[in-house]
Amino acid sequence: MITAERKPLEEIIEYIRPFQKILLIGCNECVTVCSAGGRKEVGVLSSLLQMSFLKQGKNLQIREHTLERQCDPEYVEELVSMVDGVDAILSMACGCGVQEICRRFKNKPVFPAVNTKFMGASERQGVWAERCQGCGNCLLGVTGGICPIARCSKQLMNGPCGGSTNGKCEISPDVDCAWQLIWDRLKALGMEDRYEEIIPAKDWRPGRAAGPRKIIREDLAE
Amino acid sequence: MMEDFEPVIIAFCCHYCAYTAADMAGSQRRCYPANVRIIRVPCSGKVDVIHILKAFENGADGVYVAGCLEGDCHFKNGNIRAARRVAYARKLMESVGIEGERLEMVNLSAGMGDRFAEIAGRITEKIRKMGPNPIRNTIRPVA
Repeated sequence: MITAERKPLEEIIEYIRPFQKILLIGCNECVTVCSAGGRKEVGVLSSLLQMSFLKQGKNLQIREHTLERQCDPEYVEELVSMVDGVDAILSMACGCGVQEICRRFKNKPVFPAVNTKFMGASERQGVWAERCQGCGNCLLGVTGGICPIARCSKQLMNGPCGGSTNGKCEISPDVDCAWQLIWDRLKALGMEDRYEEIIPAKDWRPGRAAGPRKIIREDLAE
Repeated sequence: MMEDFEPVIIAFCCHYCAYTAADMAGSQRRCYPANVRIIRVPCSGKVDVIHILKAFENGADGVYVAGCLEGDCHFKNGNIRAARRVAYARKLMESVGIEGERLEMVNLSAGMGDRFAEIAGRITEKIRKMGPNPIRNTIRPVA
């Protein structure tokens, strides 16, 4: 999922201070799963903003709504009837959702209420960790299912480096050495031969290096 | 003016302990302040941050969540989760300028009628001393 964290309240308050009527929108997808911008978080943020402004003697009007998905035009269309009556829109979706709202509602100021972080997985309740950097050419098939790009601090294609100690990375004892994980897994699978193969320098063009990316499925695209 | 202030306190009470303890307090003819409004919940772990914030947003002066004694939760660890949520909600309240001390987590068992009355009295007095919820005067009328 795409992970996110709520922005500091002061920053959000400064965005919406000039406005009276706000539409606060959440997203039912990734940001719900990582507890950053789903229906529950929309309720909590709305309540906090309300109290913060009430304390300053201002009665803010906030309408709350959570879309099934903010990054798809079909769902964003649901907002049409709600947008007319508001001065500004505050979105708790990831950067993709915020931009989709901006694209659809050109004459309304739109502000983000979360910081989009990374593509990750849940390690346990309340903990999410980075797992993929969207490099555009997946290496997991040769690295035992553990990504050296997302999980090695140096993004080494052939590791580990000298900073690996007792399975941990030199940047922090809390960070696993990705190459130790790769070796352990290859060994457990009896696939140590894979480790001997040198992975050549990576072509970063399928990643962000060749500019903004787009996928076009010709059978689906209209 | 402060002498006239009667705080509104919301107590989220677990059905398996505090709510029964409140009943016990009544059976034992123990008095506790009428300021405390009890909301029965199936477990203190059912209480979410949003319930607590909404209570304050709508003008409550104090809130407490009453769960079972540690290790005695009917649903294993609902009271531990409730305590974490209370701690988190306190931080959120502080971030908008409402004192975190207005919110508390307490633990008791179903047989502790005396303790229920004592907690209700202690928290009411604490909030009375603190004064009204800072947003109480600007709050919009509830329809």
